[in-house]
Amino acid sequence: MIFRIFEKKELRSLFEILAAHNKIVGPVETGRDKDKNPVYAFAEVSDFNSIKLNYTTTKLPAKRYFLPFQEDLSTFRIKDGNWQKTIDYNAKEPLIFFGLHACDINALNKLDKVLLHSVYPTPYYAAKRKNMFIIGIDCVPQPFCFCRSMGSDTALHGFDMFITDLGAKYFVEILTDTAYNFLKNIKTEEPKEKDHVLYMKTTAERNKKFTAQVETTDLAKILDMEFQADVWKQWGDKCLACGTCSNVCPTCYCYGVEETVNIDLKGARKTKSLYSCNLIDFAEVAGGHNFRPERHTRLKYRYYHKHRGFVEAFEESLCVGCGRCGQACLAGINVPEVIASVRGGKIK
Amino acid sequence: MKPKLKFTDVTTQPPDTQRRKNDLSSFEYTHRAEITSVYPLTDMETIYRIQIIDPEERRRFKFVPGQFVMLEMPGIGEAPFSISSSPSIHGEVELCIRKAGNLTNFLSKVGRGAHVGIRGPFGTGFPMEEMRGQNILLIAGGLGLVPLRSPIAYVQENRSHFKEVNIIYGTKSPAHLLFQYQYEVWSKDDINLNIIVEKTDPAWKGSVGLITESLLKILTGRDSEFYHNTYAIVCGPPVMFKFVCNMLNKFHVPMQKMFVSLERRMHCGMGKCCRCNVGSTYTCLKGPVFDYWTVMNLKEAI
Repeated sequence: MIFRIFEKKELRSLFEILAAHNKIVGPVETGRDKDKNPVYAFAEVSDFNSIKLNYTTTKLPAKRYFLPFQEDLSTFRIKDGNWQKTIDYNAKEPLIFFGLHACDINALNKLDKVLLHSVYPTPYYAAKRKNMFIIGIDCVPQPFCFCRSMGSDTALHGFDMFITDLGAKYFVEILTDTAYNFLKNIKTEEPKEKDHVLYMKTTAERNKKFTAQVETTDLAKILDMEFQADVWKQWGDKCLACGTCSNVCPTCYCYGVEETVNIDLKGARKTKSLYSCNLIDFAEVAGGHNFRPERHTRLKYRYYHKHRGFVEAFEESLCVGCGRCGQACLAGINVPEVIASVRGGKIK
Repeated sequence: MKPKLKFTDVTTQPPDTQRRKNDLSSFEYTHRAEITSVYPLTDMETIYRIQIIDPEERRRFKFVPGQFVMLEMPGIGEAPFSISSSPSIHGEVELCIRKAGNLTNFLSKVGRGAHVGIRGPFGTGFPMEEMRGQNILLIAGGLGLVPLRSPIAYVQENRSHFKEVNIIYGTKSPAHLLFQYQYEVWSKDDINLNIIVEKTDPAWKGSVGLITESLLKILTGRDSEFYHNTYAIVCGPPVMFKFVCNMLNKFHVPMQKMFVSLERRMHCGMGKCCRCNVGSTYTCLKGPVFDYWTVMNLKEAI
C-alpha cells in the first residue's frame, strides 16, 4: 500500500484531467427533504463544483451502475418460427466513481463474492465491475449507520484510491497502478510523520461519532435459535411488504426474469429486474403454492439471508450497515432494532 | 500519459459446455434444441422429447438422475424442469410437463419440430453409484414420479447392482396416474411396484389409501439389516415429505441415506437470483436433491 498527500485544490485538477477523457459518477445534491436537509444521489457529473464530497449518504446506492434495476439478458430475432439469440453484457465504457464511502465499497466487495468469485460468475456484473475505477472517500458517520458494527466502516480493498480529508490536505491510499499513474498528473508528496499523526487523530475522532450499533456476536447462531420467536410476527405486522428496503440496499441482488415478445412479433427479449424477497410472490412455485405466504416469514427471510445464510456461505454478513433500509422504510423498521429485539430486547 | 481508462472486454471467450464452472460465458448460454416427439399422458401432463441440435453439443450433454434443465421458449418464458429420462442417453432429454403457466400452456400448443432453448443440466443428482449393492426405495407422490423416472431407468438398466428394489407411487385418483404404459416394464426385472390411489373409481382394482400405508407394509417385519442397507428417494408435494421421512426415520433408515428432491421456482439456475433460496442454501446449486440430514438443518425447507 502506498500513501501520498496532496493539497485540496489538486483534487479539482485530478477531476478535470479524468473528466476530460472518462465518464464520472459522483454524489450530487438533488434537493431538500421535508426537514430542509439536503438529499444526495449518485449521478453522472462533468463539473467538479456539482460534486458534494462532504455528502452524508445517498438515498439510493450506486447499484444501478453495476446492477441495473432492469436490464436485458438477451434478445431474440424471430423469423418463420425460427429464432436467433443474442447476448449482450451491456457494458460499453469504463466508469469512474468519484467519492464512494467505505460502506458502498464494501458492498461491492460482498457482491463480488457471489457474482464474480463463485461458480457460474455473472458476466453482466463482471463486465461492469472490471471497467470501474473507484475513488473512495471518508464519510461523516450518521446517527443511523451501524457500519462499524458490521466491520465495514473502513475498506481494505475494492477501490483504486481512497482519500481522507485532513483539513488542509487530502491523504490518499493507493491500491492500483492505474491510480498511481493518474496521480502523476497532479502534485503529490510523501506523507511526513506529522501527516500520519494527523491521519490517526482524524480517524480516531471520526470513530467516536458512530452511535447506532448492532450486537453481532454469535448472531448467526442466535438467529437459528430464535427462528420461531414471536418478535418476527410483531415486525411482520408492521411490515408493509413493499420491497423498499431491497430497493435502497447496496447489496440486495435477487432478481426475477421475464420474457416479452416485441409488438412486431419479429423479436423478443429476456429482461432481468431486481426483485425483493419481501414481495408476496417471491417464493411462489408453479401451481400456486407459496413457501412464504405471510409477511413476517418474508421479513424474517430477508434478515436470515443477510445475517445468517450469507455468513454460512462466505463467512461474512451481507449487510454493510449503511442504514439506508431503516431510513427508507415506511413502517420505520430498522436493522439495529430488529436484531436487538431478536436478541431479547423489547420492540419500541 | 493520457488519463483514459482502458475498456476490458469480458466477452471474448467462447462458451465451453464442459468447463461450466467459473466460466463467464456460460451464464446465459443456451443449447438450441428441437422437440422431436410429443406424447400426451393425461389431460394435464405431456412428455416432450427434446434433442440438442448441434452434434458436438449433443455428444457432450450428460446428466445424472435428479438434475434439471432450464427450458426456454424465446419470448414466452423460461422455467426449470426435472429430467425424466434415462441418463444413459446423451444429448436428449425427456421432460414431463404439466400445463400450469404461460410457458407450459404455450408449449402444449407447439408441436413436434419446434425449436426451444435448453440451459443446463443444473443441480445435484441422486448418488446412484453410492447406492450400488443396497436396497432401493423409490417413493413418489403425484407429479413426484417425474424426477424419479430417471433413477428408475438407471436402476433398471443396472438391475444386477442393486438388491431389493421397491417403487411406491401414489396419486389422487386413477385418472392422475402417470407413465401407465411403463408399469409393466417396471414390474419386470424383479422390481416391486406398488401403486396406491386416494380416491378410487369403479374400474380401479389396485390399492386405495395413502403412500404411507404402502410404505408401512413394506417396512414392517423387516430386520435392522434391511433398514440400514436401504437408500430411499422421496419426491412429491411438500406435505408428503414430512410423513414419509418421519416413518423412514422411525424404522431407522439412516438420514444420510434418505434423499428428497425439493421444488422451487428458479430464474437463473446458478445461485444468483435467490428465488430458490432455502435457509442458507440454494436449491439450484446444492439441490434439488438433498439428503434428509441436510434438509433437517434447513429452515422452511419442507
